[in-house]
Amino acid sequence: MNFFNKRLLLVTFACFIPPTNAEPPFPSSYTAPEHNPTLITNATVLTGDGQRLEGASVYFVNGKIVEVTDTAPEVTANTQVIDARGRWVTPGVIDVHSHLGVYPSPDVDAHSDGNEATAPVTAEVWAEHSIWPQDPGFGRALAGGVTTLQILPGSANLFGGRAVTLKNVASVSYQGMKFPGAPHGLKMACGENPKRVYGRKGSGPSTRMGNIAGYRAAWIKAQDYRDEHAQYAALTREEQKETKRPKRDLELETLAGVLDGEIIIHMHCYRADEMLTILDLAKEFDYKVGTFHHGVEAYKIADELAENDVCGALWADWWGFKMEAYDGIQENIALVDRPDGSCAVVHSDSDEGIQRLNQEAAKAMSRGVKAGLDIPPERAITWITSNAAKSLGIEDQTGTLAPGKMADVVLWSGNPFSVYTKADHVFIDGVHRYDRLNPELQPVSDFELGQLLEAGE
Amino acid sequence: MKRLLIGILIAPSAFADSLLITNAKVMSMGPMGTQHGVSVLIEDDVIADIGTNITPVAETVIDANGAIVTPALFAGATATGLVEVNAVRESADGSMKDTKDNTVQVGFDVRDAYSPLSSVLGVTRVEGFGYSLLMASGGQYSVAGRGSLVDFDGGFESFNGNDVLFVDVGGYAADKVGGSRAAHWMLLEGIMADLKRRSSELEYLSSSGKEHLKHITKNGVFVFSANRAADIRKVISFSEQYRLNSVIAGGREAWLLADELAAVDIPVMVNGLDNLPSNFDALGSRLDNAALLHDAGVQVLFTSGETHNARKVRQGAGTAVAHGMPHEAAIEAMTTAPSRVFGGRARALEVGNGADMVIWSGDPLEVTSYATSVILKGEVTSMETRQSKLLERYLPEDAGLGRAYINR
Repeated sequence: MNFFNKRLLLVTFACFIPPTNAEPPFPSSYTAPEHNPTLITNATVLTGDGQRLEGASVYFVNGKIVEVTDTAPEVTANTQVIDARGRWVTPGVIDVHSHLGVYPSPDVDAHSDGNEATAPVTAEVWAEHSIWPQDPGFGRALAGGVTTLQILPGSANLFGGRAVTLKNVASVSYQGMKFPGAPHGLKMACGENPKRVYGRKGSGPSTRMGNIAGYRAAWIKAQDYRDEHAQYAALTREEQKETKRPKRDLELETLAGVLDGEIIIHMHCYRADEMLTILDLAKEFDYKVGTFHHGVEAYKIADELAENDVCGALWADWWGFKMEAYDGIQENIALVDRPDGSCAVVHSDSDEGIQRLNQEAAKAMSRGVKAGLDIPPERAITWITSNAAKSLGIEDQTGTLAPGKMADVVLWSGNPFSVYTKADHVFIDGVHRYDRLNPELQPVSDFELGQLLEAGE
Repeated sequence: MKRLLIGILIAPSAFADSLLITNAKVMSMGPMGTQHGVSVLIEDDVIADIGTNITPVAETVIDANGAIVTPALFAGATATGLVEVNAVRESADGSMKDTKDNTVQVGFDVRDAYSPLSSVLGVTRVEGFGYSLLMASGGQYSVAGRGSLVDFDGGFESFNGNDVLFVDVGGYAADKVGGSRAAHWMLLEGIMADLKRRSSELEYLSSSGKEHLKHITKNGVFVFSANRAADIRKVISFSEQYRLNSVIAGGREAWLLADELAAVDIPVMVNGLDNLPSNFDALGSRLDNAALLHDAGVQVLFTSGETHNARKVRQGAGTAVAHGMPHEAAIEAMTTAPSRVFGGRARALEVGNGADMVIWSGDPLEVTSYATSVILKGEVTSMETRQSKLLERYLPEDAGLGRAYINR
């Protein structure tokens, strides 16, 4: 291997070649069943890319959006038509931060599968391997209009493991929910959690500087690993026969995937100063931070986030539960949204919040307007649709109602920015997956089936 | 969105300490019901008049411009003033631990730790909240301790109403206390039996603990945290047996016992957002719990389970309305009812009552609404908080010499 110029190889083979076969393990087995063409008419439509149309129609066929128009489109005879007069349509809601399945209901110790809190670097674990598909929370989120969600490991570790993006379709397996083609995420965590967990164990890190040293040590190993494998992959078959194949390491494979731009970083980070440190860290090791999650102080560095093309996935009003959450303000999302090129996202991190992300966005919108910012509903909806899709690297497939995109659609009983509004109908890849008034179109998890029968309910 | 304009005029001279709110939609929660286009005159800390024919001679006049005025809201059971940051232990005083008697804490009174200067109080008050139930928490104890209502007027001793004792009878607490709910009820029976024992023969309580318990049994309120229908049923019979004035907190499955609760007049304090089977005590959680209880005649109250974000309780009440609870009943549950249940003062907007009220930008239960003025004990309270100061600091796009200098 020494006869190769490492630096040159890096340039030539910028794209990391997986060390084994190309078929990703644990592949998605989700396929959408067929559905009738569907036309929703007379709706107020928020397209997810900043437009609002009145009295408009949304038409989707074979799982894809055909058109959104304010004239009546030509449709086929077998089309299901829904008159949405007085009601609103948006793209399916996307939650970029959920622990459904890995911290499910019921919240019993036996279900506590979200943090592999045994070492500060566990990039080798995958959240999908902890998901219990029978978590009743998935169905509740569907009733709140959620069509896509990312399940992450917890934040005990510097590197918590891979996150997975799911379609919110009831299935006996996570494979049956996996969003086809969505990139993996890698959960990382700043601040109090890792230093508290490992400080108590006495193994470290026990300080913020220890956290940073831990990230750097891991990235150095990852760079070497990536180079070693890239060099091997670049050899001719003859040369490979004469060279020892480098060993596969699941932890470093994940980190190398980040360095090669195939895995998106989702970083739990509250404080403004820490987020800026992380942006410098990313420059040192030439990787990209996709999204800061929680970012209770993100409003202090809104310009820097936009300049670095980093999303901020934030709560509308959480604060004060720990020191790094002390400076939370309700205008956080609106201020992060303000600069050109921003990517503000409303996330839940909660089995309750995921059921009403539309209301969380409403609260954030209202506080921004109160502070004097111009945020119409067609803008605020991007926080839980197109910006969230961008955060997950699936913006070409979903997140807006553009023709050709997945027909992930919610028909709301009214203005979605109201506490009184409910999702009436939810479509995923065009398939009618939820109907508020039809119990036959409301999924029930195995766990809830047959409970409280003696109560006569 | 249209911003509501509310003008505040300061007249040059008139009564001292008088305030007139004009052109309001008053949701009184009292006999006068809801009235449009009326004025409310406040003199000192009392409502002096409500009507259409009030001459504006007050020192301060607020034109509500048609906005809704309600009594000040109840923030639910919180640790406001007891905790600054949850995870900073030295700043958190809502529960106790590591005492020699670690199950029964009748003597523990959270009011002794209350600080109205906490930033949490202002952050909550500016969202329209005038009072809260100061709560002793601690799932690992049978009896967590005592508290009471507290007004958010900034007073160090603004407590009112009856003494309230907090007892958690759910599965988690039972596991800590005696391994079984049955063991926990055995313990509670023993505690009550102590009331009839001489001081030298007490088995569970200290002699001062016995005096506190005797007082609360006669004049106070027991708040039992219970979610499972069977546990709620046991609270009903225990309260009947010892003639306790009880309230259920949590009450996820209370709807299953709505008629029984109504018959014995036990109110239920719920979180309007609870709908998941979070544990085996809560399999029957549903969003229309509040509506079903109200329909059966049970007094519903709302809490959020949070202290820093107690303001979220409005969203829970709004959700209860979205799932069938009448709007006015939800407002009552958030304003006058808690004070009545916990023995506080009358809070309806009526002549002679204390002047605690809120002017709203819209429907008080709507997530896009907010309080525009909060009046407590006749004073228009400040809308400045640590959070509003942070907003002022970071809202300007030009930071000048640095944000640290934006420091009014």
